Amino acid sequence: MIDTGTPILTAPTAEGAKDQHMVLNMGPQHPSTHGVLRLVLEIDGEIVVRLYPEIGYLHTGIEKTCEAKFYQQVVPLTDRVDYLGPMANNLCYCLAVEKLLGLEIPARAQWIRVLLTELTRINSHLIWLGTHAMDIGALTVFLYTFREREDILRIFEAVAGQRMMTSYFRIGGLAMEPPLDMFDRIRKFIKGFPEKIDEYSNLLTGNPIFYNRLKGVGYLSPDDALALAVTGPVMRASGLDFDTRRDMPYSGYEKFQFKVPTSTDGDCWARYMVRLEEMRESVKIINQALDGVPEGPIKADAPKVVLPDREKMKTQMEALIHHFKIVTEGFNVPAGEVYQQIESGHGQMGYYVVSDGTAKPWRVHMRYPGFATLQALETMCKGRMLADVVAVVGSIDIVLGEIDR
Amino acid sequence: MSERLSNTLLGKAAVMEGLADHPAVKALEAAIPDDFTDAKFDRGELTLTVKPEAIVAAAQAVKAAGYTAFQDMTAVDWFPSSPRFQLSYHILSHALKEIIRLRTMVEESEASIESMTSVWDGANYYEREVFDLFGIRFENHPNLRRILMPDDWNGHPLRKDYPVEGYR
Repeated sequence: MIDTGTPILTAPTAEGAKDQHMVLNMGPQHPSTHGVLRLVLEIDGEIVVRLYPEIGYLHTGIEKTCEAKFYQQVVPLTDRVDYLGPMANNLCYCLAVEKLLGLEIPARAQWIRVLLTELTRINSHLIWLGTHAMDIGALTVFLYTFREREDILRIFEAVAGQRMMTSYFRIGGLAMEPPLDMFDRIRKFIKGFPEKIDEYSNLLTGNPIFYNRLKGVGYLSPDDALALAVTGPVMRASGLDFDTRRDMPYSGYEKFQFKVPTSTDGDCWARYMVRLEEMRESVKIINQALDGVPEGPIKADAPKVVLPDREKMKTQMEALIHHFKIVTEGFNVPAGEVYQQIESGHGQMGYYVVSDGTAKPWRVHMRYPGFATLQALETMCKGRMLADVVAVVGSIDIVLGEIDR
Repeated sequence: MSERLSNTLLGKAAVMEGLADHPAVKALEAAIPDDFTDAKFDRGELTLTVKPEAIVAAAQAVKAAGYTAFQDMTAVDWFPSSPRFQLSYHILSHALKEIIRLRTMVEESEASIESMTSVWDGANYYEREVFDLFGIRFENHPNLRRILMPDDWNGHPLRKDYPVEGYR
């Protein structure tokens, strides 16, 4: 039998000086932990001596469930992992399976995927900004960011029929042709959005309380960021310049022009500035995507993998047979293993899919950025005040759904 | 790039010939020629298989060759075949803009391997997760405890002989 280790409360205790230190539990129901994160803090007065994240409260065994589903049935499961960035989850999984199958995705589907994934990034960043500012005490910003988020969710609802669990990207393309007014709605939203970013910036950037709570707090050096597998905006705020969209392009990102904001300060303020700039860059990408959406099919030409159109199903025998076969027995995926990574709102997301040649995945492993970033929390908080922990947890933008899976 | 992507190279000899000047392949061949047992280039991804006792030496070799950013590690249960567990480490190079996969096979009877935390601190949580869900031990890990399941849980959920639903 494997030893399950030492009890929780003895784990974070440093050697010696036990009498002076207090162990404090923050969470799992603490409002600033953005979910069910439990932090076991060892504090000396108000100074954090050790910090120990205790996770798993939201563990639902999604990776195990994937092994019992057909490939196409996994797509709705991925929505529920990082529930603030559904389209990014769908995209990463679909790209991985498409790589296994060797499918060629039509340009129109790729562009719409980029368009919606960037909207998802804005959606994810808006929630981060609202809750982060709320943690610091600036309640107003939350109301403003959720106003814009509502616009995005309405667009998602029009496109996919669902506000949050969209499942709109399918293996081989998109679920259906987007509604006719989608591009106009996105154009209208994106036209007014840069002003909204200025509005948030007016509320926060010049705010002395917000500035003093973030500036110099939660420093993470580039070496630590690299060693602790930290990715995304947190890594870029520490001075490492790497963005999967630019450096290892997927889904046609090489056709878009955008900058990758970085900073060398490595503190919470730098992370705030980097994410604010990222939203502006996303607006640029969306504008380019809107201007150049090519015409054409939205599904790959692979009748044995992609469900046929309703129209064809009712008129063509072959299409009906393919539909029946895909729905009842799935489709076989050639044996092999792939690791597909994309840049989600929180950092580098990766799906490792192993196939044994059958219609169900042998193994689906999800690499989510929050899991790795949480390891760096102690480095960022050690030796700082207890109140800074709240600022740091807000600044790394964690979603417990993606950490516990 | 597209020409490279469409190629499939199976076996160490084919990879040594086709990707002779690949930095990771060169580094492994120089550092641990005998423990570097197999290689594969498939769907644009390079997989390098090493013996389990050489995994840390292999990681140090590819780290020195520029693959500095540890991304991910996980296990695959190939029950009922033997060796049962496959460990996959995905390592990214920011400079070369490429991910490689280090792969090793572990027997069920031993189910133990040297921890990667001496090379990358970031492997800590990933190894705890594999320990929790697959029951593979990592030697010299600083804090090898369950991470996602409760501490008193019986069994390892991601093993193939653990049912997806119902009672055990």
